[in-house]
Amino acid sequence: MAATPAAASEPQFPLPSILNNPASAPPLLIAQGAEGRLYKTTYLVPDLACAVKYRPPKPYRHPVLDVRLTKARLSSEAKVLDRCARDGVPVPALYAIDAAGGWMALEWIDGPPVRQGINDWLGARPETDTTHADEQVDQTPLVDLMRRIGTVMGALHRTGVVHGDLTTSNMMLRPWKDGQGQNEGGEGTVLDGDVVLIDFGLATQSQSDEDRAVDLYVLERAFASTHPRAEAYFEYVLKAYGKTFKKAPSVLVKLADVRMRGRKRSMLG
Amino acid sequence: MPDSQGRRIALGCEGSANKLGIGIIAHDASGAAHVLSNVRHTFVSPPGTGFLPKDTAHHHRAFFVRVAKQALRDAGIAVSALDCICFTRGPGMGGPLTSVAVGARTLSLLWGKPLVGVNHCVGHIEMGRAITGAANPVVLYVSGGNTQVIAYAEQRYRIFGETLDIAVGNCLDRFARTLEISNDPAPGYNIEQLAKQGGRVLLDLPYAVKGMDCSFSGILGRADELAALMRTGGKGPDGEDFTPADLCFTLQETIFAMLVEITERAMAHVGSNQVLIVGGVGCNERLQDMMGKMAAERGGSVYATDERFCIDNGIMIAHAGLLAYETGFETALEESTCTQRFRTDEVFVKWRN
Repeated sequence: MAATPAAASEPQFPLPSILNNPASAPPLLIAQGAEGRLYKTTYLVPDLACAVKYRPPKPYRHPVLDVRLTKARLSSEAKVLDRCARDGVPVPALYAIDAAGGWMALEWIDGPPVRQGINDWLGARPETDTTHADEQVDQTPLVDLMRRIGTVMGALHRTGVVHGDLTTSNMMLRPWKDGQGQNEGGEGTVLDGDVVLIDFGLATQSQSDEDRAVDLYVLERAFASTHPRAEAYFEYVLKAYGKTFKKAPSVLVKLADVRMRGRKRSMLG
Repeated sequence: MPDSQGRRIALGCEGSANKLGIGIIAHDASGAAHVLSNVRHTFVSPPGTGFLPKDTAHHHRAFFVRVAKQALRDAGIAVSALDCICFTRGPGMGGPLTSVAVGARTLSLLWGKPLVGVNHCVGHIEMGRAITGAANPVVLYVSGGNTQVIAYAEQRYRIFGETLDIAVGNCLDRFARTLEISNDPAPGYNIEQLAKQGGRVLLDLPYAVKGMDCSFSGILGRADELAALMRTGGKGPDGEDFTPADLCFTLQETIFAMLVEITERAMAHVGSNQVLIVGGVGCNERLQDMMGKMAAERGGSVYATDERFCIDNGIMIAHAGLLAYETGFETALEESTCTQRFRTDEVFVKWRN
């Protein structure tokens, strides 16, 4: 949610009714995806930042179908967020929702996406001869972050939710408050922060090993293509995940199957 | 060898489903494609039934010589002008595929021309690009056997999304059987015409999109249930009357919205605003209209072709085969087999950058 603002005061697209409310801060368009748009504004009081997720009507869709889908998707996303929040999975808090109006207001998560943190970390370190990488460069903070990701994934799956679109762009690094959780020596790094999962637009409630394994597989693939240099560190995510809940080890066994077949489907005519 | 005008000419044989198509194409010195002939004969089964592999294969065998002769006559060229014989290796139905491959092998041996095996899906994509002039579009390939969202990257047509069960055209064809609509000229065409009379109500059907993938079998199941309900004089969930036209309308609106949605997601993912629709279902004007609205909103446009090129044909096999042939690709007689399973992303696309 910390991307560069795409538009300033002049809105490029029609806004949902909530953002035309003079009481809220001028909305800032943060991102535009295929599904909807993300704005930054304030909620209730001027210093409480919030994210408004807006799913505009799709002109190509039959209006009845459009309303039905928007409503169902927003309320399913809200239910998932509520469930996560109740069970202590780090996700943005849900402030308000108008499913028929196509928008929801969420807690604004400060901090960079994990993708940016890892890239900054790798960027500051020269590409070394990989055979001696471990000896030359201390990667403890990266290993530590990988473990935190694994733990958060485990917490998510334990509550019976699969994210459906896990990438390092859909995880934020919420800065630690002063003195909290710092590494020994007290030196902060770009990898510091609590991992917070965002964007539950494709999330579903499921407890099956298969769905959970696919969720991990999607992240594994996204991680390898986004951070090829750090690919070897993904195992720490899985190791930490395996310790989080009772069924986690069997999910990891299933993951091996999923890797073998990929998402590929043999085409029948 | 290019002829005196610098042209290369290929004959293509297609028969992966119920259409037997043979076409002849010429690539001029600049690389532009010129259709010399495009002949097709379709096996049409009675209403309420589908085309079975055995009967379809028999149809292709029975008509192969007639269609080939007609294609040569229409093109007005001598056999000696041909550079290669292209045929569909797959994917498709085994029986029909092998029948046409036998025909292609025979022509190859008879006339002493090299064989070129072609992936059916790549044929559709290349033909669509050649006809519409779309340079690097996201491709929605929708037909009776395939449903894929494809984008080109690094020498391959990559599949971004696809159906998890049956193809969208299969869903339409089978629903046409349920309603016992005519299969002539195509079940999908008749559903489209009937849907134009519907639209007073939009019934509730499942909507199954998962990321960039989708699924149609559950929707077909529910549509069949509603059709059965209609026949016994039942009402819709909200007590409304509905007709076969309303069912066709509802089915089209639902499944096309799914297709447009996954295409839009792929476009956002690869950052493209061009979309090309190929395959038999691509003829549907409602699908083209919906896709156009989505593309317009993204500041782009939709490219589509008509039934001559959307529906399976020999010319697309000739065109894609000739592109490969020009890069030095040939299929040896011993290797000129067919396969029912042949993914689009297995083909090494040497002719593009």
